[in-house]
Parts: sequence; structure tokens; C-alpha cells
Amino acid sequence: MLRCGILVFLLWAGAVHAAAGDDPLQSPQWTDLKQRYLGAARVVFDPQVVVTGPKVAEDSMNVPVGVKISGLADVRRVLVVADLNPIVKVLEFSAQGALPVLHFRMKLQQGSPVRAMAETADGVWHVGGIWIDASGGGCTAPSVGRGTANWHETLGQVQSRVWPGEQQSRVKVNIMHPMDTGLAPGIPAFFIERLALQDATGREWMRIDTFEPVSENPVFSFDFPGTPPPGLSLVGRDNNGNRINARVAQ
Amino acid sequence: MSWRCGCRAAGLLLTVLLCGLLPGAAVASDDLDYGLTPRKVADDTWVLIGKTEDFNRSNGGNIVNTAFIVTTEGVVVIDSGPSRRYAQQMRRAIARVTEKPVIRVFNTHHHPDHFLGNQAFAGIPTSALAATIAGQKEEGGAFTDNVYRLSGDWIKGTEPVPAGESLRPGVQSIGGHELELISLSGHTSGDLVVLDRSTGVLFAGDLVFYQRAPTTPHASIAQWLAALDRLATVSYRVLVPGHGDPVGDGRAIEQTRRYLVWLEDALRRAAERGDEMSELFGLAIPAEFAAIPLSREEFARSVAHLYRRYESETLRRSR
Repeated sequence: MLRCGILVFLLWAGAVHAAAGDDPLQSPQWTDLKQRYLGAARVVFDPQVVVTGPKVAEDSMNVPVGVKISGLADVRRVLVVADLNPIVKVLEFSAQGALPVLHFRMKLQQGSPVRAMAETADGVWHVGGIWIDASGGGCTAPSVGRGTANWHETLGQVQSRVWPGEQQSRVKVNIMHPMDTGLAPGIPAFFIERLALQDATGREWMRIDTFEPVSENPVFSFDFPGTPPPGLSLVGRDNNGNRINARVAQ
Repeated sequence: MSWRCGCRAAGLLLTVLLCGLLPGAAVASDDLDYGLTPRKVADDTWVLIGKTEDFNRSNGGNIVNTAFIVTTEGVVVIDSGPSRRYAQQMRRAIARVTEKPVIRVFNTHHHPDHFLGNQAFAGIPTSALAATIAGQKEEGGAFTDNVYRLSGDWIKGTEPVPAGESLRPGVQSIGGHELELISLSGHTSGDLVVLDRSTGVLFAGDLVFYQRAPTTPHASIAQWLAALDRLATVSYRVLVPGHGDPVGDGRAIEQTRRYLVWLEDALRRAAERGDEMSELFGLAIPAEFAAIPLSREEFARSVAHLYRRYESETLRRSR
């Protein structure tokens, strides 16, 4: 009888938890999305997980988004998702010495919540996000570079810069890549899958798994506490096995 | 504006469904009235002043200034507005002022609020700079879809019709009015300015905004500032900006210039600091511009239009 009562309570609690009112962004996809990416883990909406971006995406192919996590200890990894995109998962990053901060640009197919979900060492997911309105088409339009004859000549080239500071430093990188989603007719998916910032000893300070919604010729900004480690390189590969390996310009 | 979707098709479908269910819906959309009231700014010269707002479902895109000059030969129209419906109502507003026919339409540039009314002037010679016509052909379809998305039923039935004649800069005499056609660029790659030497009215198009934040989707700020330098040398009695009230002095040119100088400087400094685009949406806007309608919104749009150029100048090739 007691077990039965607990079961009823759990069902009742689960129903409340799954209701749209649970999600500050009131997304129709939240319940499914949570189940799919976070499973049965504990989830809290946490103001320490801050996502910044425009209210309206002026350019659906390049929507600037920033993720900043402050005050949370032991962040293991951060997932970024756009609930209503045809490809929901945008990227996943893991700061291993760099600050848990990442700026990037992404494609939006329509207005959607954009969320960061940070897993801490205790297995809890901390979620923050914003709603970005968009006219759409960001994921199903061909990349701009496809219209030029020589995009393959610059494939994988990197431009970069370090802004050193005593308290905090920034590294910005720009990688030439079409980042094709596979959703534009006749153009297969072709995108960077993995990037890492390594120091001269090969130690990784930041790792990112990237997916199709990351913008063409992506730009990323990373922040370091104090001065960045010497001899930083950006290494990675795309889903066709092309390698990226560039020394970050100081 | 760069928008890429087929939302108009979805909107039409919805309209069809609604009309099927509610027979009155179609009648209601026929009642949409822009309330166009010509304001006389000089002899023979009237302006239809738009709201200093962005496209929405209340204003139907009546956010732009259009104008007409009543010459002895007929009426010259400068910009045709954001929709077929607008231009039809503009023609009725003109007919309340004069019985003379419209004999010429000019489009100052290729943005949708300035030329999507061309459809309602079918059969009347319509001219624009070559760069403007190219832009109308290339982007007219996407513009129409987007304006439909933003303003809904007001835009129903509107199709983009590019200007039929490529105009040559210089002086044209029409019905006793000596019109100087000046070819500039900066707001877009083709910005036509019309100076009516007979009345001293300068139709500046969107090279000049007044008490409405400038928009930059196709802007080159360097060219735009050069164009404003050129306009500052023109003597006029009344300047009609593309958006905002007409003025009798240089204040509108000056306001536009000061905003653009600040915008370029703010973006360049941010890029040199290493700022990210997503960090710029909260950037402080100086008080003199913060008070101008839509400055916060247009600044956010300008970040999307322009920031990459300044940012890429700060990065170096890595090997």
C-alpha cells in the first residue's frame, strides 16, 4: 500500500514536472528534449548559466550566442541545444583550465529557445537559456561559400588572436569551413566535429564537439583566467577526416 | 535584410483556411486603411509621412516617407511605399489633390518600403539607378516574403516589380520642374537623391534619417558619409528624409552623420578589444542617440550587418 502510494506520488510529481510550466521558456519540446539528452538526471533551471544573444536573429545563418557559467564549481561539460532546430544539438564543450565560457555563432531554422545545459560533478544538470526569434531558413540554405569556386582552397585555414590580460585573457579563432548541414538539397553534411585548444605539451585546455548548426566559417571566443598558456594550438577535424592544426597567433 | 524563408506560402495557407471558416475575414482585410494624408511641404509638393516604427501588423509597413510633385504635365511620384495596397491608397490620396495623371515614378533605392508599391503603378514609366534595379530583381522576392511575415494582410497580393527604366543622373525637366537626379551610394549600392531646383525640395531617400535610427543591411558607412558630405553642399529649402519629418535646415543630415560616425567607431573599438557579437547587444548607446526611436533595435541589427568586417581586421593568419 505504501509502495503504491509512493508510485502514485511519483507519477503525480512527474506529471507536474513534465508540464510546460516547468520550463521558463515554455517550449513545446522541453520535456522530450530533457528526456533525450539528460535522461533521468536531476535538472535545475539555474541563473548562473547565462546565455546571451539577440532578441531577433537578423541573419539566421549567423546568430551570435554567448554561454557563460559563473559561480558553479566542477562543471564537467556544457551542452548547447536549440529546441526547435531540425538538428537540435549545436555543440558540447568542456573547459579544462579555460573558463566555462564560450562564444560562437549558429544557424536557426526558426524562432527557438537556445539553451546551455551544464553538468556538474554531482551529476546535476544546470540549465539556462533565452528565446531567439528568427524568420528562418538558417539550416536548410546552402552555405555562402558554396557559391564560390575556391572554397576548398581555404578549407581548414585558421585566423586568430590573443587579447592578454592579467586577470583574464581572450582567444578568438576563425576557421574556414562550409559547415554544411546536409539539409540543403544535394549537399551532404560536411562539418567540423571536434576542436581543442592545446598547449605546447599537448595538454587540452578546452574541447568542443561541434555539430551542423554551428555557422559557416565559425568564430569561437575562449576566456582564460590570467594569461593564457604559452604555445597554444587549435587542433581538430571534420566529419570527412580533414585535419585542423594551427598555432594560435599571439 | 537577409531572410530566407517561404513563410508567405504558410501565411497564405492560413489565410485560405481562415477565410473558409470565417467568411467575414476577407472583408475585414479589405478595410485596412493606411490613412495616408498628404502634407504640403512646398509649391506643388506633397509628402506622405510614415511612422518612425519598424514593420508591424498595426502600421502595415507605413513607416516610410513617399512624395509626389504635381507638374503641369502630370504627377511625379518619389517612392511607391511598402505594398500594393499602400500604393493604391496613395493614388487615391493623389487624386484628392489633383486630377492630373501620374506620369513618372522614381525609386530612390531597392529596400522594400520604397518600391513594393510599384505594382500599383503598372503602365507608368518607373525608373531607378541600375544598381537599384539589380537589387530589386535579386532581393525583391525575399523582401516581399519578409514584409508579409512582419505586416501580414496589409501586404496580401503584393508582388515585387522592379523599376523598368535605368535612369541617368543629371537634370530632367518635367512639366515646369527642373529635377536634378543625383547618384550616390552608402545606404545601399544605389541611392538616388532628387533635387527639385524649381522648389528647392531635396528628396534625400534613406541617405538621411531624422529622429529614426538609420538602418544598415546593405550599408557601406564610408560611402554613406561621403554621400552626406556631398548632400551638405547642396542648397535646399526643405529636405525630405526617407524616414522622419521633413526639415528646413541641416539638422537631419547632421544627426545621420553623427550616428554613423558613432556606430562605426563603437564597432571598431569593440572589435579591437576582442569583444564578441553576443556581448554587444547591451552596449551603452550615447544619450543623444538613445533617445531616437529604434536605436537599440537598429544597433543590434547593425552588429549583425557590419561587425564581421571590423572583427576580421583584428585576426591574423595562423599556421
